Amino acid sequence: MFVYIVRRLLQMIPVLLGVILVVFLIMQMVPGDPAVLLAGEGASAETIAKIRTQLGLDQPVMVQYFHYVTDVMTGDLGTSLRSNLPVFDEIMARLPATIELAIASIFVTVVLGMVAGIISATKQYSAADITIMIVALLGVSLPSFWLGLSLIYYFSVKLQWFPVAGWGTWKHMVLPAITLGTAGAAIVARMTRSSMLDVVRQDYIRTARAKGLREQVIVYKHALKNALIPIITVVGLQFGFLLGGTVLVESVFAINGLGRLIVDAIRMRDLPVVQGGVLIASVIFVFVNLLVDVLYRYFNKRIDLN
Amino acid sequence: MKVEFAPTNQALPSKAAAARPGRWRTFYRKLRKNKLAMVGGFIVLFYIVIALLAPVIAPHDPYAIDLVNKLKPPSADHWMGTDDKGRDVLSRLLYGTRLSMSVGFVAVFIGAFFGIILGLLSGYYGKWVDTVISRVIDVLLAFPGILLSLAIVSALGPNLFNVMVAVGVFSIPVFARIVRGSTLTVKKLEYIDAIRSLGANDFTIIFKHIFPNILSPIIVQATMRLATAILSAAGLSFLGLGAQPPLPEWGAMLSNGRDFLFTAPYLAMFPGLAISTLVLGFNIFGDGLRDALDPRMKQ
Repeated sequence: MFVYIVRRLLQMIPVLLGVILVVFLIMQMVPGDPAVLLAGEGASAETIAKIRTQLGLDQPVMVQYFHYVTDVMTGDLGTSLRSNLPVFDEIMARLPATIELAIASIFVTVVLGMVAGIISATKQYSAADITIMIVALLGVSLPSFWLGLSLIYYFSVKLQWFPVAGWGTWKHMVLPAITLGTAGAAIVARMTRSSMLDVVRQDYIRTARAKGLREQVIVYKHALKNALIPIITVVGLQFGFLLGGTVLVESVFAINGLGRLIVDAIRMRDLPVVQGGVLIASVIFVFVNLLVDVLYRYFNKRIDLN
Repeated sequence: MKVEFAPTNQALPSKAAAARPGRWRTFYRKLRKNKLAMVGGFIVLFYIVIALLAPVIAPHDPYAIDLVNKLKPPSADHWMGTDDKGRDVLSRLLYGTRLSMSVGFVAVFIGAFFGIILGLLSGYYGKWVDTVISRVIDVLLAFPGILLSLAIVSALGPNLFNVMVAVGVFSIPVFARIVRGSTLTVKKLEYIDAIRSLGANDFTIIFKHIFPNILSPIIVQATMRLATAILSAAGLSFLGLGAQPPLPEWGAMLSNGRDFLFTAPYLAMFPGLAISTLVLGFNIFGDGLRDALDPRMKQ
């Protein structure tokens, strides 16, 4: 396992370098001269030339990329054009809220999705099964920002159960987590159902039934454990959509997280913050994928990861 | 022992293609049996008709400002009410169908076009070509959700065309991966060896003989991807990075409606319902297509 993790970490290096390259190239597509953008309107040619030299913009693109990679490796993501603070510090200040939101949402995704999927699979073709599958179809089709606004309207404005916006207490977490976790829960429910249905047709489940084991033991101890493997993969994939989705949900609920930081930075043309934010979110996603693979190994000893 | 060979041209897929109408008939029969898929198909068709007929069926000019009648709730004259500038919400929604569907189709076309080329080259040539393209796909897939689109829009500037490009790029790795896998399977089939031995060049083999045989997963993915593209584009417009005022794009309408959530909740409700039903239509139609065209992909 240790060797596997080390190898996977080494394999991540080219992907991470590629991610840095893509982010770097995207920022090269920005129309106009970044030095002019930084210097502001009416700046003298001398000032612009000075900024260009300072930022290394007068050097070949490959050299600029090399400098950018070395800077990123040392945690230097540049300086925010808006606040003049290091981008890394700005991101770290906003990251906890996003991580909390992501964890709360993944909790909604896993619990809601698996419970619904298990009910659906154990009561196949029943009214409950059909209802759950229809709701699941709706769940993947609702735009998260619309679901969020609808939840705010009913639960915050009408019923006044939860705060309209902000972050800090568990009450602030409920609606954003449901908003962000619903689409994932719908996908996990469908996956759990089909995975459980595959497993319950296996011989060893028939044997367990023949032995006279209780249905609950069969479902939760024997069937679910083996149905978990494809579910873990789906949950892992969902984490990516979830991280991307925080951008919208944080905007809807006015949460000061990484997603909102990126959106605000785009509006204010604060490109170093956009660049750094997208980079950090991608790095987190790459590490989560590794974690998913390790969990995969843990739950399925038969997989030869080597 | 006498061995009879079929005439050479009968072994070629060009003749085999003659049997294709039968295959499509079987597919259509399967699809028709799937009631849910047909419902999805009708929803999509309904929106396509609306998009085409918007100028004819829209009761008002979607851009006409009428401040006297601003923020009016649904009534006989304005079935879905009016927005903060007195514009008819229903008319804007009908015209918005054109924008939202166009964004979805163009974005998926961009993603499919480049994804298919990359996937075909990667799967057919293998070796270093495959290694390079696969690493590029890995890198593009390392960006979570719509963040890649967001970064592209931030660089190119916020407008609807850039959203199409950004969402299209976001779809490239998905198509490339599926096409690569299918190409790997098809290129090992005997008929490809036969065509090669007849002197066909790589271009002909790839685009004339492999590509038509991997269309099923591409069609399924394109339909599913339309749902994602419409959602992503609406999301970007909701954030103010896509369609700019006064364009009646659904995401932008929803974003505008959010400012009046307490006083005029219908402004956010109708565009949200429109996005949800269209995306639902594509999702269930895509599910049905998958079951009918490529049952192995069924979850």
